[in-house]
Parts: sequence; C-alpha cells; structure tokens
Amino acid sequence: MLRQIEGSRAVAETVALCRPEVVCAYPISPQTHIIEAVGVMVKAGELAPCEFINVESEFAAMSVAIGASAAGARAYTATASQGLLYMMEAVYNAAGLGLPIVMTLANRAIGAPINIWNDHSDAMAVRDAGWIQLFAETNQEAADLHVQAFRLAEELSVPVMVCMDGFILTHAVEGVDILDQSVVDAFLPPYEPRQVLDVSDPVSIGAMVGPEAFEEVRYLAHLRQLDALVRIPVIAAEFAQATGRESGGLVRSYRTEDADVIIVALGSVLGTIKDAVDIRREAGERVGVVGITTFRPFPSEAVRTALAGANRIVVIEKAFSVGVGGVLSTDVAISMHGEQFELRSVVAGLGGRNITRRSLEELIARAVSGDLEALTFLDLDHGAVNRERERMASARRSGPSAENLLRDRDRGPVAATWVKEES
Amino acid sequence: MTTQPVHFYQIGSFAVGNRLVDDADRTVQSNANRTNSIDSGHRACQGCGEALGARYALDAAMRATGGKIVAVNATGCLEVFSTPYPETSWRIPWLHSLFGNAPAVATGVAAALRVKGKTDVRVVGQAGDGGTVDIGFGCLSGMFERNDDVLFICYDNEGYMNTGVQRSAATPPAARTATTEAVGPEPGNSFGQGKDVPRIAMAHDIPYVATATVADLHDLERKVERAMSMRGARYLHVFVPCPLGWGSASNETIHLARLAKETGLFPVFEAEHGVVTNVSTIRHQVPVEEYLKLQRRYAHLFGKNPRPDIIERLQLIADQNIARYGLVVDDDDSKEVTA
Repeated sequence: MLRQIEGSRAVAETVALCRPEVVCAYPISPQTHIIEAVGVMVKAGELAPCEFINVESEFAAMSVAIGASAAGARAYTATASQGLLYMMEAVYNAAGLGLPIVMTLANRAIGAPINIWNDHSDAMAVRDAGWIQLFAETNQEAADLHVQAFRLAEELSVPVMVCMDGFILTHAVEGVDILDQSVVDAFLPPYEPRQVLDVSDPVSIGAMVGPEAFEEVRYLAHLRQLDALVRIPVIAAEFAQATGRESGGLVRSYRTEDADVIIVALGSVLGTIKDAVDIRREAGERVGVVGITTFRPFPSEAVRTALAGANRIVVIEKAFSVGVGGVLSTDVAISMHGEQFELRSVVAGLGGRNITRRSLEELIARAVSGDLEALTFLDLDHGAVNRERERMASARRSGPSAENLLRDRDRGPVAATWVKEES
Repeated sequence: MTTQPVHFYQIGSFAVGNRLVDDADRTVQSNANRTNSIDSGHRACQGCGEALGARYALDAAMRATGGKIVAVNATGCLEVFSTPYPETSWRIPWLHSLFGNAPAVATGVAAALRVKGKTDVRVVGQAGDGGTVDIGFGCLSGMFERNDDVLFICYDNEGYMNTGVQRSAATPPAARTATTEAVGPEPGNSFGQGKDVPRIAMAHDIPYVATATVADLHDLERKVERAMSMRGARYLHVFVPCPLGWGSASNETIHLARLAKETGLFPVFEAEHGVVTNVSTIRHQVPVEEYLKLQRRYAHLFGKNPRPDIIERLQLIADQNIARYGLVVDDDDSKEVTA
C-alpha cells in the first residue's frame, strides 16, 4: 500500500514483514527511528515471535546478532557511523563466520570532528569486511532492498548491509509502497541455516585456523561474493516480477546510450545528478549517469559494460581515502582496465554538505569542457582552508583546526595565535 | 627412579575422594556415563587449571540439562588449545566469536533458542579473566543487567596467559607478569583498588553468583548444577592456577588452588539475588607466604632481597576477605559447614 511515510518507518515496517526473529537495538543517529519502530511492533505483539534486545553498545548489537544467527535465528540490526566503527571487529567476524545477518546502515560521517550528517565514510570503512553492501537511491528502494537482502544473505550465508543515506533518506517523508505480508512470505522462505548450534548435531563454529587453511577459507568467502554477482540480478528480477518494481540489481544506467561523459555515484545523490544531467542534456551535452547499487561485491563487468563508450568518467563520492582520493574511483578504474578513458574523482557532500543541482550543473559543464582536475572537492571553501594553513604555518600552537574554522565563520578571520575567550 | 607414595583418601580427610562415598555424592566425572564435553587430546599445558575447571563445569552443566547445552567461548587459552585446526575437542555445540563479546554472543544464542521455543537447551558462556573482567566486561555487565538466560563462567588464572602472561585487572598485586616485571622499587603488579567481578556481578542483583576453585571440584559441580536449576543471568568465577604463567610446578595446581582458598586470598562463596547465601570457610588457615612461595611470579618477594612489607600487604588482603565473608569460624563445628 502506497503511503506518505518516513524512510526509517518504511524500512522498519518492511523489515518486520521479513519476520526477523532477533533484533538488537542500540541508538545512534540517524538510524534510531528504524529500531524504535521495530521495537514498538515487537512490544505490541505485531511482530512475533521476535526477541527485541536492547544492548549496551553496537559491539554488543552485532555480537548478539552473531549468536542469534549461529543458533539459527533470522537476525537484524541497524547502525551508523561511529556505531559501525565501534562494532567493526564483530562486523568482520560475522562475515568470517558466514552468518547471514542483515543490517541497515544509515550512512553518516565519521568524526572527528563529530558530525551526525550524511556521507559514505562509514560504509567505505567496512568495504573490505566481507559484507555485501547495497546502496539505496530512494526510500522505496531502501525498503525493497531489505527484502532482497534477507533472501540474498540466507541463500549465500553472507551478511548484507543495506546502505541508505542518513537524514536524506532516513528522515525524508515520501510515498513508499509497503508490500503485503503474503508477497514477502512468497519471496522470502524461512531461514534454513547452513551451520547451526544444535545439541543433536554438535559442531564447533569459529575454530582456530592457521596458515594451513586460512587462505582457502578467505577464498571461499570471495567466491560467495562472486556468486552474489550472479544472484543479485536474479533476485532483483524475481522481486520485479513479484512486485512490479525495479529495485536493487548491480548497476543502473540513465541516459548513457550516446554519452560522452558518464557520472558514477552511489545512493540518494543520484536523483539530483539525474536532474542536473537532464538540464545539461537540454543544453546539448551528451552526458549520462550510472548508479552503483551493489558496491560490494563490486560488479566490475556490469560497470565496464555500463561505461563502455564514455570518454570521460566522473565519479562523485561522498567519502575519500585521505591522502589518496576517491575510493569508488579506484574500483571503477580497475574495472575499466585496458579501456581508453579519462577518470575524474569528485569528493562531495562530506558531513552532510548539500550537493546542489546548480553545483552539479557547473561540474558537468567543466567535465564536458575538459576543465575538471583529477581530484576535485566540490564547493570547497578554499579561503577558509588557506587561512587555517597560514595560522598553522605562523604559530606552533595554532589550536584545533575545527574550532578555528568555526571561529572564522562566526567572526571573520582570527589571529594566528590562540585567542582566549573573553569572559 | 622416583616413586610416589600411594594415598588412600577418606571422608574426614582434607581432600575428599570418591572411593568411599555414596554413588549419589560422587562427582560427575566419576560416573561412567558422564559426557565428554571437552575431549582429550587438546593442547592445554600440563597441569592446566582452566582445562580441568572447564571439563568439570561443562560436564556438570550437561548432566544438569540432560545433555542440552550450547557453549559460547571467548578468545583465549581455552579456545586456542581446544580447536587447533583441523581438530576440535568440543563434543557440544560450540561457538567462538571474539575476545570481548562472549557474553553478548551468549545472549544472542539464548534469544534464538527462546524464539525457536527450545527453552530446554541452555547456554553457557565462558572466558578467561581477560575476556571477563577486562575486554568483555561491558558485554558481561549488559548481559547481567538484562538478566539474559546465560550461565557465564570465568576461568580466572589472573592474567593474559595465552598471549604470554601479561597483566589483567584480575592479576593480584605484586605478581610478576610480562607487563608488570619484578623490577624497580615496587616490583610486580601495583596495588590498585582491585576489580572484584563476583561482587560487581552481585551488584547487578542477578539470580546467582558463585566462586569456586579447582581444588574442590565437587563444590564446582554442585554450583554449576545450582546455577542450571535457575533461569536468568548467572555468574560463576572459577579460580584456575596456571603453571606456565605463575611459574608453578604442574603438579601443584590443585594444591595452589586450595591454598588460595585456605589463605583467604580467594574467597569461595555463593550469592543469590545480591545476597551471600553460603561461604566455604577456611578449614586450615595458612599464611599467604605458603601460597606465594610456590610461585615464581612472587619470587622477588623472597630470596636475597625479601620484601616482608609486600607480603604483609598481601596478607592484609587475605585478612580483609576473611573478615568480609566470615571465612574463619572458631567453632569446631565449622569443619562441617563447607557443603
């Protein structure tokens, strides 16, 4: 049923339709609304049987999910940002053990400086953890991806992370069609674990493995990820057949048929990029968009096919590897090995900075005219950066940069030396 | 050729054996039908207190539940010596996740069993002292506070032995470890405020908290059975000497465990819902020197430059324990109290 609904609410209701048996909750913005809504459904008895466990940390949240999944229950949790990093050890562990946990990641920047707003630094920090990472473009897709995520995770015994942009999606109210229980039940069979803690058939899960077999265990995990590249389009097609909606899949192209310049991105910013592309198309520029839905495993073949024919590829990323540049750009470059093309990385929207259509239009114009540098930081305030660089050069004790930048904004440029607050 | 004199223990001696007791009073281990939760062939050191304690505890839990337990293990000696690839010693469903999360993983297993309606299957979490009192402490406290249906057992050998004998929050003052070397004016571990996890567990008002040592295995088994007769969060803190980490002879493990109790350094008691309900009184009180001098980790307190001042401070700790729990009872009847 189509309803005007908050993204978090849509995800919570859809997760409930997937009949999770153990849900672990620990609050962190901007994920909290999801877990709150699931909690209400469990407490009211609308979602049953389900154990809703208020844990004492994200590390415990993922650990409880690990125990529950290993004991044969369908387990779900949600987190963001610092929370994901705090559970990092358990995130790797869940993948290493091959436990099909599904987690929503409400993408948020990582501090310091502390910042609750959206970017993709958190998802990128765990890209090598062995989880499948799916990125939602809209709230409808965020909801739909969860149904597909449970199916995919359990088929392959691999955990799946559904990434949705914090606030931009989680807190946005828009029309979302929540599926009927019967549709979800038909699409998602009950969880049949490949390994389970069973007193009638005891196994040791998580045994120590030395150099004799460690590489083989890791390689098997790699193969399961490669299997996912085959299964994801199949599951998305089945989902489309069951619901009449295109959600998920590996990559999605928009107006790329004759495109000379193709923009690549993840998540909700794709909508704004498409608007900008439409406008530049009217100006006669041959530009298109490729959205990456499946970021891990990285769909190299699909990306290569989608980008074939483009002379310039502009990767817009809401995260970057400090001291290097774009993360997604590297994956795109490797996928395009042997092709003739120009790659441009654009870091944008860090810590929730708006990525406006106007900025994107200008960016596209520069890309088309060949004026874009290899690595660009969109809408960066170079003046503020330069002033802080000067302060740091002129005084050893120049103080904390983040606070200096804030002072600059409030009062105009401050002196190089530490300025004590006047009381 | 050395020979060992044969001892015939009987009831009324200080070491209660099985030979002359009724079947009902015999240990789980003396029963021919007992389970083998941890099979032989594992890689524990000779004289390992943890391997002994874990075997008795888990087999007792198996008997108490009709063979229906799932064990969750923290990283540490017990995990490493029991599952060297490609072998495992575990004859029970067993899960190892990480060093610091065993209580939370156990919570997850218990939740899954509950949601599946398998309430007859019970969960035992286990870790060394590092995995319990240090890195796993947050998860442990969370599990207690929620009163999840888990028996968590800490096998306390007073240090990070698996990584090469480093200090943990359970390492006693003055003990030498690789990170509290016996050098300088205050050799060995510092005298801190201590971190008494059984008492912290009691502060959570959970249904059951108990301590035990591998010197009294029947007592350990009884406490496991008592714990398994209850629901909710239960905590068992078992004192397990470590010949490698303590620098003690491997045939002294039981003796040291007994001395730890008889000196008062390790109080043995039970508590229900935050209240002490039973104390194992000291039968033959001994000064702490008797316990310390058998271990090389305390060697710097004796020898050429003895430190009676430090020994005195350790004796004070034992005396405080004795006073706190009433471990010494003057009455002659006290010898019957331990059961």
